[in-house]
Amino acid sequence: MMEAAPDIVIDVAGLTKTFGARTVVKDLTLQVRRGQIYGFLGPNGSGKTTTIRMLCGLLTPDGGAGTCLGYDIRTQSHLIKRRVGYMTQRFSLYQDLSIRENLEFVGRVFGLEDPRAAAREAIDRLGLGGRENQLAGELSGGWKQRLALGACILPRPDLLLLDEPTAGVDPKARRDFWNEIHDLSAQGLTVLVSTHYMDEAERCHEIAYIAYGELLAHGPVDEVVRAAGLQTWRVSGEDLHSLAAALTHLPGLELVAPFGASLHVGGRDHAAVEAAIAPWRNDPRYVWRADEPTLEDVFIDLMSRKRDNFRDTAS
Amino acid sequence: MSLIPARARGALSRIYAMLMKEFIQLRRDRITLATMITVPLMQLFLFGFAINTTPRDLPTAVLLQENTDVGRSILAALRNTAFFDIRKVATSEAEVESLLRSGSVLFVIEIPAGFERALRRGETPAMLVSADATDPVAAGSALGALEGVVQSALSRDRVTGVAPPAPPTFEIRQHRRFNPAGSSQLNIVPGLLGTILTMTMLIFTALSVTREVERGTMESLLAMPIRPLEIMLGKIAPYVVVGFLQATLIVSAGVFVFGVPMLGNLALLAGLTTLFIAANLSIGYTFSTLAQNQLQAVQMAMMFFLPNILLSGFMFPFAGMPLWARGIGECLPLTHYIRIVRGIMLKGADLADLQHDGLWLVGLMLVAMTIAVRRFRQTLD
Repeated sequence: MMEAAPDIVIDVAGLTKTFGARTVVKDLTLQVRRGQIYGFLGPNGSGKTTTIRMLCGLLTPDGGAGTCLGYDIRTQSHLIKRRVGYMTQRFSLYQDLSIRENLEFVGRVFGLEDPRAAAREAIDRLGLGGRENQLAGELSGGWKQRLALGACILPRPDLLLLDEPTAGVDPKARRDFWNEIHDLSAQGLTVLVSTHYMDEAERCHEIAYIAYGELLAHGPVDEVVRAAGLQTWRVSGEDLHSLAAALTHLPGLELVAPFGASLHVGGRDHAAVEAAIAPWRNDPRYVWRADEPTLEDVFIDLMSRKRDNFRDTAS
Repeated sequence: MSLIPARARGALSRIYAMLMKEFIQLRRDRITLATMITVPLMQLFLFGFAINTTPRDLPTAVLLQENTDVGRSILAALRNTAFFDIRKVATSEAEVESLLRSGSVLFVIEIPAGFERALRRGETPAMLVSADATDPVAAGSALGALEGVVQSALSRDRVTGVAPPAPPTFEIRQHRRFNPAGSSQLNIVPGLLGTILTMTMLIFTALSVTREVERGTMESLLAMPIRPLEIMLGKIAPYVVVGFLQATLIVSAGVFVFGVPMLGNLALLAGLTTLFIAANLSIGYTFSTLAQNQLQAVQMAMMFFLPNILLSGFMFPFAGMPLWARGIGECLPLTHYIRIVRGIMLKGADLADLQHDGLWLVGLMLVAMTIAVRRFRQTLD
């Protein structure tokens, strides 16, 4: 068994999980350092939830091995569970229990010295004072999510696993949530968070992009963007719609996407991109400007190429 | 400081967490709570008041083919018993046949022509009794009573003018022990205590795990450091209290409303009842770990409930069943509990008399718990 360095919190290699004939996670290798906020990105059904569940012992990997907080994910999941806070995608606290009762339940299960005091403290920290006797099922989406996070950090875990914690939450609540995550990380807590939002990805120290069960890119955001090697142009002008239609299937252009009043056009092979757009470069209707690729450009490109490969190997 | 080792303290804290959670959820679930009180009471009063295997007022027709003193006095005697309700005094065979066939009457008593004359001559004339035996229980006890009724009517009437019939060379003295009046309630109420407890306890725990899975709370629970055994004990414990309250309710109603005696030790009954409740809760919980959803769990509980009703000796005498059926019956907690309750309440049995049944309950409970803990899915695989 590999020994994780003390500052590596998650260290897994070759993780594989199949459900029937479907391989949901394929040969995934991941390292997360202590105190980091690690973003986990990928389209729906790409294996993010399955990976998180394997890390906290809810699923047994079919292949691969590794450690979480220094414990073997295959044989020591009961030890991992004591030090991990797992926030599920779907609200999974008891809807028919009040805020206080839910928190006290968590406190008792984790064997805290004084669950009542811990629950009271969490209620104050969450700003839920005066509402502690409200049933959890009656809370709005944003408050449910805050409560769920509060319950996760109540036992003072070393690692937080958050599965799409901000899905369906308004922007203000999302921002507050991320501020809280950063505070926790500053206190030394490691956070692995899956998300669909690019702005959230950009608030992570490092990200990993996973599609069709495979890890396609990982590292700090700017590194991932740089490594993608995309050359992009931003076109503005009139009738961008017909321009987009004309550009879409040209060789060399891997990315043609409307962004509000402009169009993003780009590809990996710089010469090919230049050649493809040459007929419209001097068209007076359009203004062309070289642009930095965004993270979203990179992901869409990664995903479409992955899908093409997937199709090629399948056919 | 504390004498309890840290490991055990952790386990106790987790079981307590689970138990408190279940209690709160139970308290908030008004419908379940109402069911817990009303179902036992309703069943108890329905069974206790409505059902009687020693029936009364059975609809009867009399076919009187001669109009004589003897005929009239038999008729009067039948009217005087509570068993028969003479609905019709008919004169033709066809008429009584149709009454019997249509179900208007359950009995036809036929006094043939020449009955009185034959009797006066010292012959033994036959009186035909046709019973609708589609319900053998109802027919049986009334038939048993008939002979005595006619016999006493005839001797009172002294129609024969001869000496009363010679006494038989021997007689059978019946001694109905523990239930001298043959009252059905005395049998049904203790049986009902076990039946009601079986039904409610099975359903409560059968739902407990599947409900967590269906509501999505299982994923969180499994990600927490709590063991299957702790979850099980925490989920079963609150319902032991509920079951105990139900049992208290039923036993009180049995004693005070239906006059069922309480000859044995109440504490012994309480102890063995708790054991029986725990055994049923464990079985229900086992179903909960096997089922995929709440509906399946309820179906399993019902599948288990049926043989409990039929083979435990609650409805039909245990001793009259074939060996294989008794074998199944022995594996059902209700069989042993009915013996325990009848033993303690009606016969004043003590622990030594009941140790066999008590040990069966302990064994069945442990088997169910072992299966449940082993079958509990600790992962979402």
